[in-house]
Amino acid sequence: MNGNWLPQAPLTASGRPVLQPGEVERSLQSSVDLEAEENPRLTPLRSGLLALTTHRLIWIDESSNSGYAIFLANVIHAYPPKKSIRSMFHSPRIRLQVSVSAEGRIGEKGSTSEMITIVIRGKNDPDAFFSKLWDALRSRPWEVEEKNGEVTSVDGGVSGPGSRDGPSNSVWIAMPVVGVSGILRKEQEIWESTDKSLQEAFQDLNALMSKAKEMVSLAEKMRLKLLSGSSAHANVANDEELGSNQEMQDWLLSVGIASPVTKDSAGALYHQQLSRQLADFVQRPLERSGGMIAVIDIYCLFNRARGTELISPEDLLQACALWDKLDVPVMLRKFDSGVMVIQNKTHSDEEIFTRLKSLALKPNALRMGVSPSDAAIILGIAPALAKEHLLTAESKGLLCRDVSPEGFRFYVNLFEEIDPTNTHLVKHHGLFEAWVSAASVFG
Amino acid sequence: MQTLGNFKLPQFFNYPPYFTLQPVRETREKQVQLWKELILDYCKSQKVFIIGLEEDFPLFINSAIERSLSHEAKEVFLSSLVSEGRAEWMDKGHKKCLILWLRIQDWADCILNFVRENGLENGVMTLEDIRSGIESRGTELEGIDRGVLVRALRHLEQKGKAAIFKGSATDDEGVKFSA
Repeated sequence: MNGNWLPQAPLTASGRPVLQPGEVERSLQSSVDLEAEENPRLTPLRSGLLALTTHRLIWIDESSNSGYAIFLANVIHAYPPKKSIRSMFHSPRIRLQVSVSAEGRIGEKGSTSEMITIVIRGKNDPDAFFSKLWDALRSRPWEVEEKNGEVTSVDGGVSGPGSRDGPSNSVWIAMPVVGVSGILRKEQEIWESTDKSLQEAFQDLNALMSKAKEMVSLAEKMRLKLLSGSSAHANVANDEELGSNQEMQDWLLSVGIASPVTKDSAGALYHQQLSRQLADFVQRPLERSGGMIAVIDIYCLFNRARGTELISPEDLLQACALWDKLDVPVMLRKFDSGVMVIQNKTHSDEEIFTRLKSLALKPNALRMGVSPSDAAIILGIAPALAKEHLLTAESKGLLCRDVSPEGFRFYVNLFEEIDPTNTHLVKHHGLFEAWVSAASVFG
Repeated sequence: MQTLGNFKLPQFFNYPPYFTLQPVRETREKQVQLWKELILDYCKSQKVFIIGLEEDFPLFINSAIERSLSHEAKEVFLSSLVSEGRAEWMDKGHKKCLILWLRIQDWADCILNFVRENGLENGVMTLEDIRSGIESRGTELEGIDRGVLVRALRHLEQKGKAAIFKGSATDDEGVKFSA
């Protein structure tokens, strides 16, 4: 697919567009073509996914995992899908007039322009899509950002003790309130002041929103700093400090997905897109929890990060189930007991087994065994997950179980070490001898 | 080293998983094998012929580590002995198990040896003599289960090396050897 006539748009590993700061996804359409009808030299882009964000139109080819973008800032005009008898037999088309730079690059500022046609082949609602596109074109969030600096400085000038009196440089003459005209003028003044305070209020809201973005980026920065700090000083830091760092990280980790996939924005593509977003999201928690994490934990983390756009457990499971079909680096795994976890495809149980075995070989564990909660504390994972690991290690013959009124414990597997023809023989320097010496301390 | 009476227990008797039926196939096979050896060794040394599953059996309890075998585990271990011909269920409910640390034909050979050593070829003995007489004192035959003894003698009878008859004076049965 040769889409070189449009600027490249970076995608995540699971094929979701990488959004810029402040950019929010608005709508997704499947099977969309992009054509430059009046310029046959430009190869049309066939049946891709079209994402509309507040800043861009991003066309994604799912087979090659590549994306191309049209910046809305450079869209001069958009023409709605035509309503005519003829159009009933055609896929709906939305036409965009996009500026072209002097060097002939489409989608850059320039004096000439090119018509690009969006052909919507999927069973989508082209009118709804167009109205969202229109909204995005009209609200022009990129201009707000450009002016952000100015706005805040103006704010600073106006706010202060004199703000209630209105702009100080305007001429202000107190009119006596007399007669009908006086009442009218009074009304007019009330109107004006309401209007002004409303405007101020909205300005505050804007300021708050831009501040919120700053807060998110601040949180991000702190998190990175904490991460690098904790790895560098892991040996030096005392437990308490480590604990508070951990807590802080937990808080910061859950600071937001800026543009959550919603049923509203993605429509029929909801689960698929949710699945991709989830795949991107789980990377970080997975890294922290050693390559495996319970689905329940992810559900909580994911919804916390989504803020108000909560998803149901079914949606999460469906999103996980779709990973099989998508080329993503994570997978859903179901243990025999029914416990479900998310893990990296590259994750192997070998490392866990090695750790469990060395754990079971400690003198105390030789004598008393290992309970799932012991293993959970030492491996730093949930007890339910630790139990799954212990059971898997048992099924591999590394461990064996002891069920008693005291509970469920695991011991290193000695059965293989014992010679059935000479049950009193204890081989030297073997596991069995190690156990005998550990057990005799107790007995 | 732990002992049960004069029986020396192996080290792994104190290994708690030894008393939990292992679910993983390979581990369980090994565990069953170790239990079978231990049961036969113990019964042989203590001359135990019958194990009742619903009664306390010293070998199936380890008070030192507070572990004991579940009913299911006992049945699994004994069933595996039964499948090898080293034990027999005495009832359909699997409540009692006859342990044959020597198979019936081995017992028969044992009796023949005993007969030869004591010069009793063509001689006559009562069953009670064989079980607790002076001649059998200190041999494997001392205290043999009556049922097992009768079956071993029947085995000899089929080979024409013994004949069981009803005693006239007492209720006891007698046997005439013809080796």
